Amino acid sequence: MTRGRSVRFVAQLLFTLGVCAFLVVPVVMSVLAGVTENYFTGIRSGLTLRWVGQVWSLYAGTIVLSLQIALACLVAALVLGVPIAYVLARRPSRVTRLFEEMLVLPVAVPGLATALALILLYGEWRGFRASWLFILVGHVVFTLPFMVRSVLAVMAAIDLAALEEAAASLGASFVSRFFGVIVPNARYGILAGALMVVTLSIGEFNITWMLHTPLTKTIPVGLADSYASMRLEIGSAYTIVFFVMIVPLLVAMQWLARERSPTKTTRHGR
Amino acid sequence: MSRANARFALLALPALVVFLAFWLLPMARLVAVGASGPRGAAAYAAIVTDHNYLVSLVSTVVLSLVVTFATLVVSGMSGMFLQRNRFPGRDALVSLLTFPLAFPGVVVGFMVIMLAGRQGLIGKITDTLFGVNIVFAYSIAGLFLGYLYFSIPRVILTVMAAVDKLDWALEEAARSLGASGWQVLRDVILPGLRPALISSGAICFATSMGAFGTAFTLATNINVLPITIYTEFTNYANFSIAAALSIMLGLITWAALALARTLAGSTVAAAA
Repeated sequence: MTRGRSVRFVAQLLFTLGVCAFLVVPVVMSVLAGVTENYFTGIRSGLTLRWVGQVWSLYAGTIVLSLQIALACLVAALVLGVPIAYVLARRPSRVTRLFEEMLVLPVAVPGLATALALILLYGEWRGFRASWLFILVGHVVFTLPFMVRSVLAVMAAIDLAALEEAAASLGASFVSRFFGVIVPNARYGILAGALMVVTLSIGEFNITWMLHTPLTKTIPVGLADSYASMRLEIGSAYTIVFFVMIVPLLVAMQWLARERSPTKTTRHGR
Repeated sequence: MSRANARFALLALPALVVFLAFWLLPMARLVAVGASGPRGAAAYAAIVTDHNYLVSLVSTVVLSLVVTFATLVVSGMSGMFLQRNRFPGRDALVSLLTFPLAFPGVVVGFMVIMLAGRQGLIGKITDTLFGVNIVFAYSIAGLFLGYLYFSIPRVILTVMAAVDKLDWALEEAARSLGASGWQVLRDVILPGLRPALISSGAICFATSMGAFGTAFTLATNINVLPITIYTEFTNYANFSIAAALSIMLGLITWAALALARTLAGSTVAAAA
């Protein structure tokens, strides 16, 4: 029995390690390729930061623009998302339920459709079409539901009405209740939503590829460009840059998830 | 009370206005453009009446279904194992398995090139072993690998959370009644995981149906629906067909998610 169990354990472990290798090996390979003098010859051709330098000179603009859009998108998601999440939490009705359903549609429908729709309606507004704001609106409608859901999940778990009543009975105005009571209580949801919004915005391709112009290229657009037209080492070095930007966000997200789930921490302790 | 209601309306207004202006109205325009071409409203039927589009639709659906099934099996097994066992390095393994969640489709495509492309690992290995450089990144197998790559992390986390909520007592009871390991899996564990498998499977299917970046990077000659739409729009300036096809694609992914929600009874949304 125990022998059977341990054989099964090893088999399952090997399988899981195999799955992990499938996901991680290409990442490691592309990191290596990005710092190798000549990938075809292999590592023995020597290590170099030349390709990373070339990526910077070719694509620095995409990095700046991606950060700019991600931050603007975050601000928009906070300003639009936190208030409506609060309304959805405080006023559960058929109407607000419908709002919630509607807001998620841009995620349920492929990004390509959203992008085509934006182009067909606003494509003639040349100034808007050519500016980075055109990409921003695409990112905002796509990421907003993630902020709303994340905040709503936390708000739904606390008794907002009671907290607010207590604050109101002490004479707090709505604005001070909102920022002094509601926002602090929903901080984990807001933080998790914020990390999600920034991560999604930096990596968004399906909408952005249609909306970009030669002057408004983000990192994923530049990546697609480098994969198609540059040598493998440059595409790889550019991918390293992307990883460097995205990994801290992912680590923060995992850390936050662990902070928030007490059941998991106790189990780790065992 | 009415003052409070006015306040709620005011707080919800900005998000609703942005949604209306930059999603709902554009979508309405997309629907109208879809019917504005030489075929008229019949453009919406073209996805099944036109041979090329039908082939594109069928191959996308089949690919997405196969990917979904494979992902559920792989992630189900690994997720179950990771949730049920504690060993050194387990947390690191979970982190590694979920990192690719944030990779855009283009990067996933590049990962497939790294594995199975012209200078890929698999080709190098087969070259050393058998003297043949096997390259399949740009075929349907490459697409399958890419879709599997972005699907596994999405499903694994859901499976782990669902396994955590399974009732041990039920399994113990089944075992003490003499059920074999296979019977416990079929009659106790899988029914318990059903909602999670349905909802994450639907997300996986919808994401695969709409995946554009991976297919774009691999530049395969297999025209999955998003690539067909893109080509119609960009290369042929066939706006009405592109619009009609993308509305149909959107309806399919939306319906898959809605159906899963009805079946699983939980909230479901696709991601990235």
